[in-house]
Amino acid sequence: MSVIIILLIASISVAGLFLAAFLWGVKTGQFEDDYSPSSRILFEDKPASATKSL
Amino acid sequence: MSSKAITNQQLQCYHCGETCTSGKIHLEEKVFCCEGCKMVFQIINQNGLCDYYSLNERPGINQRIAARKDKFAFLDNNDIQAKLVSFKDEKQTHVTFYLPQMHCSSCLYLLENLHKLDEGIISSKVNFTRKEVDIILLNRQTSLRKTADLLTAIGYEPYISLNDLKETRPAIDKSMVYQIGVAGFCFGNIMLMSFPEYLGVDASEAGLRGIFRWMNFGLAIPVLLYSALPFYISSWKSLKHKFLNIDAPIALAIIVTFIRSAYEVISGTGGGYFDSMTGIVFFMLAGRILQDKTYRQLSFERDYTSYFPIAVSVLKDNNEVPTTLPEIKTGDTLLIHHEELIPADGILTKGKAFIDYSFVTGESLPVLKEVGEIVYAGGKQTEGNIEILVVKEVAQSYLTKLWNRDELKKQEETKSVSFVHLLSRYFTYIVFTIAAITAVYWGINDSHKIWPAVTAIFIIACPCALLLSNTFTNGNILTILGRNHFYLRSAQVIEDIADIDHVVFDKTGTLTSTQEQDIVYEGDPLTHIQKQRIAALARCSNHPLSKALVKYIGITHDMQVPGFKERTGHGIEGFVEDDWIKLGSGEYVSGIKAKDDTTTVHVSIEEKVRGRFCFSNHYRESVNELVHDLKGNYQLSVISGDNTSEKENLKKILGEKTTLLFNQKPEDKLDYIRYLQQRGKKVMMIGDGLNDSGALKQANVGIAVTEQTNNFTPASDAIIEAKKISRLARFIHLCRANKNIVMASFVMSIVYNIIGLYFAVQGTLDPLIAAILMPSSSLSIVLLTFGSSSLLARSMKL
Repeated sequence: MSVIIILLIASISVAGLFLAAFLWGVKTGQFEDDYSPSSRILFEDKPASATKSL
Repeated sequence: MSSKAITNQQLQCYHCGETCTSGKIHLEEKVFCCEGCKMVFQIINQNGLCDYYSLNERPGINQRIAARKDKFAFLDNNDIQAKLVSFKDEKQTHVTFYLPQMHCSSCLYLLENLHKLDEGIISSKVNFTRKEVDIILLNRQTSLRKTADLLTAIGYEPYISLNDLKETRPAIDKSMVYQIGVAGFCFGNIMLMSFPEYLGVDASEAGLRGIFRWMNFGLAIPVLLYSALPFYISSWKSLKHKFLNIDAPIALAIIVTFIRSAYEVISGTGGGYFDSMTGIVFFMLAGRILQDKTYRQLSFERDYTSYFPIAVSVLKDNNEVPTTLPEIKTGDTLLIHHEELIPADGILTKGKAFIDYSFVTGESLPVLKEVGEIVYAGGKQTEGNIEILVVKEVAQSYLTKLWNRDELKKQEETKSVSFVHLLSRYFTYIVFTIAAITAVYWGINDSHKIWPAVTAIFIIACPCALLLSNTFTNGNILTILGRNHFYLRSAQVIEDIADIDHVVFDKTGTLTSTQEQDIVYEGDPLTHIQKQRIAALARCSNHPLSKALVKYIGITHDMQVPGFKERTGHGIEGFVEDDWIKLGSGEYVSGIKAKDDTTTVHVSIEEKVRGRFCFSNHYRESVNELVHDLKGNYQLSVISGDNTSEKENLKKILGEKTTLLFNQKPEDKLDYIRYLQQRGKKVMMIGDGLNDSGALKQANVGIAVTEQTNNFTPASDAIIEAKKISRLARFIHLCRANKNIVMASFVMSIVYNIIGLYFAVQGTLDPLIAAILMPSSSLSIVLLTFGSSSLLARSMKL
């Protein structure tokens, strides 16, 4: 039966990790602005010389 | 493309998308509506940021009205800097600017690439929901003022108001999100570990069961001590005010459940009800969060400080000294620039004031003031620079005093109380009675069963279902209304709206649109070319009436106007293709002082009076529909700061029964609302300007109308976008339905409670029954409230 105890500890610690991740996400404001990150990732950082001419 | 082809079609500015009237401003193949837009394009193009234009079509902000050159001179002042920046050392400055113009991914792109425009800017990060940009800049290479100027040059002028001087900005309270996170974690795990309890465990594995029970016990502690805190705090607060709110019985149920379960685990008699306890805490927190979902980009608490500028120029020995508003003293001379706000009451000492008071008093047209006359704070100078001598400090000015009136503050405390609390009170009394009867019964028959029976009653009969149905319905209705551009300050406003029986409208800006005017021409008929000449003349002036006239006629030919002269407050004149045209007041044009009951502009061509243009307010198209929908169920009133010229028009639209009041000062409006309230009316006030702010606060529900939610709105309970105002009647209807939905789901929850109580009074509440009852009742209530409110909204086409 000791295997159940090990599983129990494993599952709770995995869940605990997720809880910690959630709390960290809230704390660092990752849920505050749901618009800019999704657009930001699409911006290309072109080399400056290539874009000078339109 | 030849230039002829360009002028023949409706051209849109490459930068901002507005129609180009002249078609003459272009660069390469791109056409611009004004030099300002062209300049912004040049800046962006030269710095290789043209993705700005490829991400969205014509994303720019119109630059026709250029900002004044030294507008941000006050940012060089160290005291002001210290208040605005969030961090500063010798090398770097961190600052956050509010940019209300931000609206699309192009804005985001440009604003996050500020470092390409100015070497001194290390980084800029946008928070889109708050429309703010956090900028880190190097002190040696740039300055706060230069950064503000740069932002202005690319069309994102930072909005810096007196409100920014306040020391602290309230941080968003995230504690409830943490609490629900913890509750969810504990609830989920407890559910999992309660399975052996539900399904039964072999006697040989009894030790294992003990472990599960103790783990549940441990997991329930953070929920009891941390996640359930909001309920303890709220019930303690209300008990201190000698009021029993819905959170009190809930807090009691949580504590009783925990004690009973802990007792069972410690004594080894059972597994307890930790799963139910953590479950209700989780669901109730979810409801609370949904209900408290706020519109972060909107502010319902604005006062005059967010409307007033942070600093103005004070004249000292002929030097302009930027000074913050609180430091302005009586006797100072202020230099008010074109398009600037007058921050304090004063006497005009130099220049001609042409002041737009529409936001303050509701008068739709600018007022002319001569030297020596008093000008009141809150007006906007529209023609050139003026100097005023301050006679009252900012905090003592007419408008700000109105805002600080004591009775408005007192009102905050006597907020209306939700019916849920009253309902839960009855509920609590009944539960206590049942518990007492049960205790007495078992006391006589079998005293061992008092403890399990009574605790079970408290566990079962917690009014959490009522709380759930209320919070989830409120949350859903807030979301539906928000989707329709009607934003409420809090869930309580839903109930306040449901109770109203009298609707009071402001006229200017609410029923009428400030951006448009209806124009009728009276007099000798004008030929097409004459009209064009008049428009060409009017285009030279910035007066609102001239602008309206240009829009009304519509320019098709481009004509030069030599000898253009403007006499502020009187009229304009000039040569247009050999015709000497005069536009203006009757006295200016014909020399005879005419008595006009409405706003008019007289016209003469070659010294011969031709006729006049009569201006009247342009009522929003939706007003007819709105009034039609409201008339049957509510009494209506219109209170206006404007003169009586619109009386007949309003009567036609609103019907004979409507009370119409004109020439109302801000305090008159407030007093009228109070007069109605004293007669037992529940009043909804709908207004837009600072002159309505007192009335909006006094009313049971104050709704601010705005063309754009970025704009300044006075403090209010709700904000509605002007184009959605026709739906107001339906919004009210939905708010009324809210109560019925809550009641219906409450009745359903009582059925669940009775089933539970049936077991509880007998002292045979099995953990399995509790574990099934609790989530199923909660879930079905959530489904019912969500479903019915969404269905109703759909049937009302919201």
